[in-house]
Amino acid sequence: MRPEELLCPSPKGLYSPAGDFYVDPTRPVARAVITHGHSDHARRGHGKVLATRETLSIMALRYGADFAGETQAIAYGESVDVNGVRITAHPAGHVLGSAQMALDWRGLTIVASGDYKDAHDPTCAPFVPVRCHVFISEATFGLPVFRHPDASHETAKLMKSVALFPERAHVLGAYSLGKAQRMMALIRQAGHSAPLYVHGALTAISAYYEQAGVPLGEVRHVKGVKKADLAGAIIIAPPSAITDIWTRNFPDPVTAFASGWMRVRARARQRGIELPLVVSDHADWDGLMASVTATGCEELWVTHGAEDALVHWAGTRGLRAKPLHMVGYTEEDEAAEGEAVAEAEAGPDAAPQDGAS
Amino acid sequence: MNEFAELLDRLSYEPRRNAKIRLMADYFRMTPDPERGVALAALTGKLSFTNAKPALIRALIAERTDPVLFEMSYDYVGDLSETVALMWPIPKEAEAANANHPPFLSEIVEGLETLPKRDLPRQLSMWLDGLDETGRWALLKLITGSLRVGASARLAKTAVASLGDIPPDEVELVWPGLAMPYRELFAWVEGKAERPETLDPVPFRPVMLAHAVEDESFSALEADAYAAEWKWDGIRVQAVCGRDAEGKRVGRLYSRTGEDISGAFPDLMEALDFDGAIDGELLVMRHTRVQSFNVLQQRLNRKSVTAKMLAEFPAHIRAYDLLAEDGEDLRPLPFRARRAKLEALAARLMAEGHDRMDLSPMVPFDTWEQLTAARADPSSAGAGEDAAAVEGVMLKAWDSAYLPGRPKGPWWKWKRDPHTVDAVLMYAQRGHGKRSSFYSDYTFGVWTKGEEGGDVLVPVGKAYFGFTDQELIEIDKFVRRSTINRFGPVREVVHEPDEGLVLEVAFEGLARSTRHRSGVAMRFPRIARLRWDKPPREADRLEALEALLKAEG
Repeated sequence: MRPEELLCPSPKGLYSPAGDFYVDPTRPVARAVITHGHSDHARRGHGKVLATRETLSIMALRYGADFAGETQAIAYGESVDVNGVRITAHPAGHVLGSAQMALDWRGLTIVASGDYKDAHDPTCAPFVPVRCHVFISEATFGLPVFRHPDASHETAKLMKSVALFPERAHVLGAYSLGKAQRMMALIRQAGHSAPLYVHGALTAISAYYEQAGVPLGEVRHVKGVKKADLAGAIIIAPPSAITDIWTRNFPDPVTAFASGWMRVRARARQRGIELPLVVSDHADWDGLMASVTATGCEELWVTHGAEDALVHWAGTRGLRAKPLHMVGYTEEDEAAEGEAVAEAEAGPDAAPQDGAS
Repeated sequence: MNEFAELLDRLSYEPRRNAKIRLMADYFRMTPDPERGVALAALTGKLSFTNAKPALIRALIAERTDPVLFEMSYDYVGDLSETVALMWPIPKEAEAANANHPPFLSEIVEGLETLPKRDLPRQLSMWLDGLDETGRWALLKLITGSLRVGASARLAKTAVASLGDIPPDEVELVWPGLAMPYRELFAWVEGKAERPETLDPVPFRPVMLAHAVEDESFSALEADAYAAEWKWDGIRVQAVCGRDAEGKRVGRLYSRTGEDISGAFPDLMEALDFDGAIDGELLVMRHTRVQSFNVLQQRLNRKSVTAKMLAEFPAHIRAYDLLAEDGEDLRPLPFRARRAKLEALAARLMAEGHDRMDLSPMVPFDTWEQLTAARADPSSAGAGEDAAAVEGVMLKAWDSAYLPGRPKGPWWKWKRDPHTVDAVLMYAQRGHGKRSSFYSDYTFGVWTKGEEGGDVLVPVGKAYFGFTDQELIEIDKFVRRSTINRFGPVREVVHEPDEGLVLEVAFEGLARSTRHRSGVAMRFPRIARLRWDKPPREADRLEALEALLKAEG
């Protein structure tokens, strides 16, 4: 029996011939299993969708209640049978509701982990390694230069800058689902109790986090707030919005960006970032190696990111590994770029843009 | 070291001058002696280590990492020090030992100055084990001499001065007598000790600067109250000579901000022999003829000065003021008296056969009309063959003392009218800091014959100032509306014969350039006017610039 009979790459995404369903398909399909709510993994228009309750809610929030024909919720630790394949959800530690999907069939276990991180995150359940025969891993930060420091250390940089430049606003770029709320929680942990201001793209998701039991403190929509009242304020916005026309309404803003890409100076400089914060919702190089090892897998499949380095590393460890060359999964930051362009096109005459999803 | 590295990291991303000063001041305030003094030495370029070569760093990382993973990483990051800093593996035992005590910058600097070369690899790897990613990056940049964070020595001194509300020039004055770790300097600016004594026999004296003449300025000025001289297109310097406590002759050459640039001009230093401080212009002189700025530029910003360079580009000072002589401070004297003393000194030096220094001649005039004519045609008003190095005239009130800074009234600079060209906007890039939401850096081109016949635009320069805030908003709107291509932060805008934006670009001069496709490089280009009225087809041609290049020599 080959693992490919249970799960294999296809043009629409990972497909299970045994169970006749897709995991995170990039095109509309009859039956989809969705690992988490980021738009490159969770698309609209599928027939049936199996995902955690949180992921289903996030999809409804982004795409409207009719985003799929039929939905089924699965809780962490719960199993669901689909055409003889047993699917069990386990926390992936990536964003609220993110799940690794373990597929069991005829004594074979494959774990499709979606996106994951093993670092601490106060806004979602922590990643747990799941024993399996085949582990499918992302490799967004699959190079040894990516080592994410402690997120509270990076948050301290932001707080220090806010203290040093109290007359300026700090505009913090963060992906609207997950990173933004994690930064809010980290900022609260650092002792900042003043209201946090957000771009319109973040209001609904942040309210949903609160409702789901993740306390974020007072979060205000920045629209209509007077420039002078934003001195010393932290304004969180999608990455695409932080250097755009929209920021002209703020007092002499310091441009910050929370992303794993900020580890590399050229990437930060290219985007005109003045305060790069290395905070990522993906596993870093050490995290990838540790997580893969912890699953005890006999075979590693690498879906998206810097596949070559991780496959090379597995080879040096005697672990069978192959890249899947999946297409359609972008870096989350770049997925957000689409939002931005729409705003930029509005031109400087337009009123401050927000609400782009 | 980690804290200092964090400061360098912030500085490297921060475009605003005032924010840089505050970041440095904050660091100096929070950091104890001697650590902050060593940091100040590093920021002012006083530290240099020659033992660490990139090959050593490559060897260290090769011992510790998989070569395939290193190559993939280096390829991605593109910078050796940064790659090594990021992927440096920390041994478990070092992690525990270092958590309590990462190395201090002062320890590292002391180690680098005293360690025998053979011990360097082992010590360096111990330091790298003890630092975080940013700390390792800063250390590797520091020891390979490629630390560039966009903060000059002057800015670092300004930050020190800001700790105590002391004018930066005051710090500049005591600076030459001080050495790392600058305890007495910090104690003074923080009000805990007296001002350090300046024992330096050849101190820098803060320079006097001029205001630019505006059109309406002349109505208020009396012609006979002012002296006029040529404004030379070189580098403002201060040459100071004296004798130290042992009676040995010392000479020093300062830039206008007080940076010691003697090292770059050994030929000049050797030739200077007087006791005092001369304010003048550094020029390149060949066969008694002043060369243009383009020629001088080839001598500037060189890491080492070769014998060939010295012979081909002999440095020269054209003196226009005397600030001190034989131990006497002349700055309180009126310009007329200083000028007389300078002329006497110049005559004496010339009689003694010195040929590396001469006097900047006066431009005689009785009325503003006469001066206007001289400025328009320096060559027939006395500058002769040196006219190409004249960039205007200077006006100095006969009765004015030499005052540091830019006092309004006594000195005026009246530059020649700039050259202008009508060019077409081709690319625009986002600015930094306050301008990060604006497309404010512009690449513009002029017409030339294309390889396949027909006319094409070739880029001839880049400008990011000269326009008003209102014009910036208008150009930004145009860029967003007319984008035809995007390359990261850069946008290509429409530039067709009938569609596009013509910019009137003003510039000071032209030089041949092998780095630019057009073969010319502009000096000091800025946007003079927006020509919304002009279709791009009527913009200038490259041939016009080439003709100017020939005329300039």
